[in-house]
Amino acid sequence: MSLFNQIPQLSKDTLRAGKKAIDASFKDFSREYGDLIELIFEPVKWLLIKSENFLTDTSWIIILVLIASIAWLGSKSIKIVIGSVLTLLLIGYLGMWENTMKTISMTFVAAILAISIGIPIGILMARSNIALRIASPILDVMQTMPSFVYLIPVVMLLGIGKVPGLLAVIIYAIPPIIRLTNLGIRLVNNNVMEAGHAYGASYAQRLTKIQIPLALPTIMAGINQTIMLALSMVVIASMIGVQGLGQPVLQAIQNQFFTLGMMNGFAIVGIAIIFDRVTQAYGKRMQKYQETVDEQ
Amino acid sequence: MSNKEYIQIQNINKIFGPNPESVLDLVADGIGKSELQSKHNHVLALQDINIGIKKNKIQVFMGLSGSGKSTLIRHLNQLIHPTSGNVIIDGEDITSMSDKEITNFRRNKIAMGFQKFALLPHRTVLSNTYFGLEIRGVEKKEREKEALKWIDRVGLNGFENYYPNQLSGGMQQRVGLARALTNDAPILLMDEPFSALDPLIRMDMQDMLVQLEKELNKTIIFITHDLDEALRLGDNIAILRDGKIIQEGDGQEIVLNPENSYISKFVSEVNRGRVIQCKTIMKKEINQELTNEAIVSPDMTIEEAAKIITESGLDIGSVLNNKGKLVGTISVQDIVASIVTPIKYKND
Ligand SMILES: Nc1ncnc2c1ncn2[C@@H]1O[C@H](COP(=O)(O)OP(=O)(O)O)[C@@H](O)[C@H]1O
Ligand SMILES: [Mg+2]
Repeated sequence: MSLFNQIPQLSKDTLRAGKKAIDASFKDFSREYGDLIELIFEPVKWLLIKSENFLTDTSWIIILVLIASIAWLGSKSIKIVIGSVLTLLLIGYLGMWENTMKTISMTFVAAILAISIGIPIGILMARSNIALRIASPILDVMQTMPSFVYLIPVVMLLGIGKVPGLLAVIIYAIPPIIRLTNLGIRLVNNNVMEAGHAYGASYAQRLTKIQIPLALPTIMAGINQTIMLALSMVVIASMIGVQGLGQPVLQAIQNQFFTLGMMNGFAIVGIAIIFDRVTQAYGKRMQKYQETVDEQ
Repeated sequence: MSNKEYIQIQNINKIFGPNPESVLDLVADGIGKSELQSKHNHVLALQDINIGIKKNKIQVFMGLSGSGKSTLIRHLNQLIHPTSGNVIIDGEDITSMSDKEITNFRRNKIAMGFQKFALLPHRTVLSNTYFGLEIRGVEKKEREKEALKWIDRVGLNGFENYYPNQLSGGMQQRVGLARALTNDAPILLMDEPFSALDPLIRMDMQDMLVQLEKELNKTIIFITHDLDEALRLGDNIAILRDGKIIQEGDGQEIVLNPENSYISKFVSEVNRGRVIQCKTIMKKEINQELTNEAIVSPDMTIEEAAKIITESGLDIGSVLNNKGKLVGTISVQDIVASIVTPIKYKND
């Protein structure tokens, strides 16, 4: 066969041997350090269990009131509050309450962790161009790599269950909050930063008194996206043993249960809309200072 | 440092571009702004600036847009670092200060008002105004009190809780002014701080600035592109063109002896009667008997003198110094003549 028709290719044996060697060494690595890594994630596991137990064990009335008040505090919109309550009531009425609580718990913990890791990384990226150059390609990989692929090493390291699921969710959901924190800070008007410098503001003062407040609407958009991604990944992570609304969906696919799939699918859509509306309304409210008054 | 030269700007060159140091020699050899731009792709923003600024005076820098005014004033608080040269303030070379020293210097010694206001959009007028004090760590009660005083002084009371974009451009500019004044720094940098103000408010703010200089012992560096404003405010005026100081002196010197046609074009629009002082054109008669009731002083502008003389129904006024001694006479005819005399200039 000529070179024109056939792309140069590593021989099948070499390729197989190479893959085998890498897999084997990774297996060795996870056998060696798996326990240690699990130990490191012990606090996260504790957090996951506590949060899930709280949401599933507490009376549904209390949970409903709690979610309604969070929705109110975030959005200050009675429409959004009523919508959230009705959605949750319907979900409960159709027997999906417990799974929904499990999904919300997982999404909540993953989003909190992603946000609290992501914002400092974003701040660092905005401060240093070197950090930006290092982080950008990593974020590109994280955002384009099919999520199933990085489930593999996570499962090899930690087995299946809550913690590996959480890890996968965080990896999937963290890029937007990092990117938008960086972007928001970098977009802060130069004139305003100059005023900060002129009055002798330190780096920390410029960050907390100028950059973060002005970047907040953009950061909020990042938080919104991170929560949405976390939610969608929590569903996919049912493949590695994460409980919640994803499992009935998986079951429905395997057994072709159309109605079961649809119901749980709509429950996911329902809570996605609640999360989205509340965080967006909150983000909007933070930009109040940009409105002009009409009187006078 | 002596009172004489509170601020010294020494041999400042500022070049913007990819590698400013590499073209510094060309600048020293006298390459022009346009050639440096077209052949070497660098912007020569300031060249060989040397000037001493006296304490508690108002130094004005005047020039058209792009002449380097903003770049120059930013050297005084090191928002811009010179490509070469030094800035000495109160005996200290601020161009060689560490980051920490410069931060301290900015907090305590120098405040700045900006052409483009540069207010913090997420803060109210009040908290914008006390921003500098907050940075310095002044207690909330104290800084609010101080801020309210200056908000009132610039005529914005009642607007304390507004956000900047709820205000007109002129009002925002006054917030910027209040912010600079609240800091109570000995040096005030003002980069075209009145450009957005209506004429009446502008005059009021100009008067306030002159008063501040006198009462509060402030050294004010003021930038404008308006010669009338420069003459009203400046104890000393430097005119910038293409990054060079082309003339420096007090208002009278610049109006009476413009260095070249460029400056004389500016000057021709000016009401010279408000600039020229009696001592400049008076006849030095010292015959005490000639003293009449139209009494003017040597430092008075000739416009004021003309008013006094004509109101007393005379043609000639007596110029008395502050000890009441006759130092000269001045006639309405001389006054009119010097107002309408075409301006001659020294060079080109
Ligand atoms: N950051 C910069 N980069 C490149 N050129 C600049 C920069 N800042 C100012 N300049 C140039 O320097 C010159 C002086 O600008 P500036 O000091 O802003 O003038 P002015 O305040 O008198 O209008 C102009 O030619 C301007 O284009
Ligand atoms: Mg300017």
